[in-house]
Amino acid sequence: MSAELTFTIDGVSLTAPKGDTVLNAAKAAGIYIPHLCFSEGLKPYGACRLCIVEIDGVRGMPTSCATQVTDGMVVHNDVDSVNRVRRMVCEMLIADHPLVCLSCSANMNCRLQDVAAFLGIKGSRLRRMVRKPIVDDSNPFYTRDLSKCILCGLCTRSCHELRGVGAIEIAGRGFESRIAAPGDGPVRDSTCNSCGECVDRCPVNALWAKHETLPPTATVRTTCGYCGCGCGLELGTRGGKIVRVRGDRNAPSNHGSLCVKGRFGLDFVSAPDRLTTPLIKRNGVFEEATWEEALDLVATRLCEIKEKHGPDALAGFSSAKCTNEENYIFQKLFRAGIGTNNVDHCARLCHASTVAGLARAFGSGAMTNPQSEFEHADCIFVTGSNTTEAHPITAISIIKAVVENGATLIVADPRRIELTRYATLHIRQRSGTDVALFNAMINVIISEELGDDAFIQGRTEGVEALKACVADCTPEWAEPITGIPADKIREAARLYAKAERGSIAYSMGITQHTTGTDNVLALANLAMVTGNIGRPSTGVNPLRGQNNVQGACDLGALPNKYPGYQDVTDPKIRATFETAWGVPLSPDNGITVTEIVNAADSGDIKGLYVMGENPMLSDPNLNHVEHALMNLEFLCVQDIFMTETAELADVVLPAASFAEKDGTVTNTDRRVQRVRTAVPKPGEARDDWAILCDIATRIGYPMSYASPSQILDEIATVSPIYGGISFERIEEVGLQWPCPDKDHPGTPFLHQGEFKRGKGKFHATPFKVAAEEPDSDYPLLLTTGRYLYHWHTRTMTSRTKGLEAICPPTPIEIHPDDAARAGIQHGDVIEVSSRRGTIEANAHVTDRSPRGTVFMAFHFHEGAANRLTIDAVDPIAKIPEFKVCAVRIRTADPTKKTDDA
Amino acid sequence: MRRSVTATATHIPELESVLARYSREESQLIPLLQDIQDHVGYISSESMQAAAAHLNIPESSVYGVVTFYSQFYLTRQGRHKVRVCQGTACHVRGAGEIIRAVSARLGIKPGETTKDFEFSVERVACFGSCALAPVMVVNEKVYGNVTPEMAIRILDELT
Ligand code: SF4
Ligand code: SF4
Ligand code: SF4
Ligand code: FES
Ligand code: FES
Repeated sequence: MSAELTFTIDGVSLTAPKGDTVLNAAKAAGIYIPHLCFSEGLKPYGACRLCIVEIDGVRGMPTSCATQVTDGMVVHNDVDSVNRVRRMVCEMLIADHPLVCLSCSANMNCRLQDVAAFLGIKGSRLRRMVRKPIVDDSNPFYTRDLSKCILCGLCTRSCHELRGVGAIEIAGRGFESRIAAPGDGPVRDSTCNSCGECVDRCPVNALWAKHETLPPTATVRTTCGYCGCGCGLELGTRGGKIVRVRGDRNAPSNHGSLCVKGRFGLDFVSAPDRLTTPLIKRNGVFEEATWEEALDLVATRLCEIKEKHGPDALAGFSSAKCTNEENYIFQKLFRAGIGTNNVDHCARLCHASTVAGLARAFGSGAMTNPQSEFEHADCIFVTGSNTTEAHPITAISIIKAVVENGATLIVADPRRIELTRYATLHIRQRSGTDVALFNAMINVIISEELGDDAFIQGRTEGVEALKACVADCTPEWAEPITGIPADKIREAARLYAKAERGSIAYSMGITQHTTGTDNVLALANLAMVTGNIGRPSTGVNPLRGQNNVQGACDLGALPNKYPGYQDVTDPKIRATFETAWGVPLSPDNGITVTEIVNAADSGDIKGLYVMGENPMLSDPNLNHVEHALMNLEFLCVQDIFMTETAELADVVLPAASFAEKDGTVTNTDRRVQRVRTAVPKPGEARDDWAILCDIATRIGYPMSYASPSQILDEIATVSPIYGGISFERIEEVGLQWPCPDKDHPGTPFLHQGEFKRGKGKFHATPFKVAAEEPDSDYPLLLTTGRYLYHWHTRTMTSRTKGLEAICPPTPIEIHPDDAARAGIQHGDVIEVSSRRGTIEANAHVTDRSPRGTVFMAFHFHEGAANRLTIDAVDPIAKIPEFKVCAVRIRTADPTKKTDDA
Repeated sequence: MRRSVTATATHIPELESVLARYSREESQLIPLLQDIQDHVGYISSESMQAAAAHLNIPESSVYGVVTFYSQFYLTRQGRHKVRVCQGTACHVRGAGEIIRAVSARLGIKPGETTKDFEFSVERVACFGSCALAPVMVVNEKVYGNVTPEMAIRILDELT
């Protein structure tokens, strides 16, 4: 692709790809050219002038960070003439710099020291103009001391260029120049989202992470345990603790960037309240137990229930937080060991409708194109995804597409989410009217002949059904339903349809509805009708939530699928698994998370095994969940903390966190990546897979593996999409499934040339209203979601004080008009009620919420939004309607006020 | 931490009418700021927020520009702007005494504004009228060969 150029630096002959700069090429070859204001991924800045070199035939001393290599170029780096100038520059920097190296936490890890050492600088001959410390300590995670700042601009440029945030900038000029948030105010009051990119890039110790006090003694490459972005992490450890976190610059998902959770939110790993021994509840209180006792008890109770009521009286919630290997073992325990298909996991609550919808339309339920491809799309349609908060790293690719590559961004979201800042068009549909919007867009595309007829002819079927369905769905029809002006709907349709590479990104704003599957099908229709699928930077892209929700689905933690999305009801497939696992298997589909809860309530499910999930906060209509779980004869919870669900258990088993185990996880790109042990497990905690194997063995289905690597090898034999994946192959970089054999390079994007199911299928998706609409008793629509600073039920993030400080419980976002009508002011504690429950929350009055809609995150047990939500489900995917229910608000107690809100 | 981008509704009518005259290109920033300063008198943080929202750029970028150019004022200025030259020629001819006299008379330091917003005092590098040194400029009117007594008289005439 890129031609190799040959050139020399100080007589050493090197090669570089075309377009590479001298500095980069030197770096790649391990040659040091002093530099301070350049960092990977940022444009050359030319401020420090330390990277100057001499080049034969070029006048003066050009900066190597901004000079491209040409063939036959002769570069002089470490020569007196150049070093003399560099020395002068460096002495000027040092003259201004407090020489407190011995007490500086960047000592021995400072780029200024590197430069000075290279140039042999002992002290500065210039008069010292040392400034006193100018400290901003306001951010909970990092500190800034401007007296050490060398004004390289790396922090401001990474904040603007890499993150698209722009919280800080260089203010003033001359000697007054300084890094500042607007108004020179504390950075905490700026738009900074604490991603720490600037801290990572700062060459000196002007910005440092508060928790980094000692340098690590070992570094382990692994994958972040929070979200489906799947960022590569480097965990620096010392004495069994994580003391430093860096993004892995070689990881394809994040290129070194991280969000606040991945970088600063890992305190939970060494939290003092981790579960460290098995617990058995006796007379209502937990007592510590040995593993022998606990495992025996679990096995006995499972066997008793199975004997008395049959295997289908048992059910298991597997975990999107656990590894692929653990999910495989979990479903194998239930299917082969116990004999039921009653296994499911929280994907039911987030993307079940994606799996159902995309499988029907395309034949595969995963994200069609990887996150990084957004960068090269020319139109991105984001709907039902608050990307900057829920998928921060994906958002970076979307922002880059807009800011650097000029892509058009359409955001269809009721809320004024952060991404709207970059949007060409923001349309605000009423929650629950997505299908009407998409149908109207398709109506425009068909009537204005903007579709891709060749694609429709060649690669799809059922277009007649679609045409009939949308024939009357004009923008004028959709306007009163969605609340979006008809001409805006037309504009959105045209922008998307005219794109060369149009890409759709969506998330739970689409899936968590009683019409979730229809929403997904309608998006698939939209992509197919315009031919925007099966090519790079196109596709229909469900952004997956948990670090391993993709993997948990892939590995069969679903009641109707064996690993690799193979139907449990297909006798041929069942026969293969019966041979592989050596036992007869149940021919019937199992039941889903929501159905399991109902069955527990009615007494049909007697025993439940929960691995790493917290339905007592994550599921809709919590009062009902609580009742159902109390009704169980036996509940076993395997987790790293005493969660709200674990409190209700009969036995609690302590498990290992992501930083304490080996295995693989699959991110939203379908990329299977390694998780590696960085620190020892606390107390007697054990790997989830090992616990599960012991239980299987005790109930008469012996399982034992030497390592997760061996489990993955077994997976490769039963799940064709993972057929070519092994620890060995993903040691350096992960592979994207399908990867059927050992020589297959993996599949970056799906459906090239042909859909998984052959032809893409259009589905008629007539508009249906949500299960519960606002009425006079409950006049507001409640929609739920997430914040950047917390993860799910906050089991992990609440252990990081800084995250709690930035985002304390429990905000509710209300439009100023609705607040005024209810006599509510910003900061008031208010009472929020639905037909299912009442909670208290702090009013955040903001026009981020549209009129008539309030927003809450589901993270907080202090004011659990899911006490309000409705458990009405999508008829196909059985996903609950978290995004729409009716509520009313009123001031709780006028004396209560929080100063945070 | 501000968790959201809330569109800044401005409460200053002048500001809104100024904004309305500018397209949303980033290149409009400096003319827009100049116009705001002409109409509002200075660049408040509210103006910066409004300019940032109008041009869809980070507020920090606006702040960077406003603080880079000395022509922009971050605080409300006095009705009368008193600028005393501190350039070399004026310095040699006693500009120091003039600024001290002015400061003492108004009770504020250079760079400050009186509480009643009647006067602001500023030091300036050189007006380019060195022949008249020391020079003081009040509301665009240039006074040459100023003495401390004369400076005070000029101020007193304005009150
Ligand atoms: S932490 Fe991130 S958002 Fe905050 S100033 Fe640094 S780069 Fe910008
Ligand atoms: S704070 Fe660090 S990164 Fe930012 S300009 Fe100063 S030295 Fe450079
Ligand atoms: S939480 Fe997600 S975006 Fe943040 S560092 Fe982890 S994987 Fe990356
Ligand atoms: S690294 Fe090239 S000028 Fe600073
Ligand atoms: S030095 Fe005062 S006008 Fe030139």
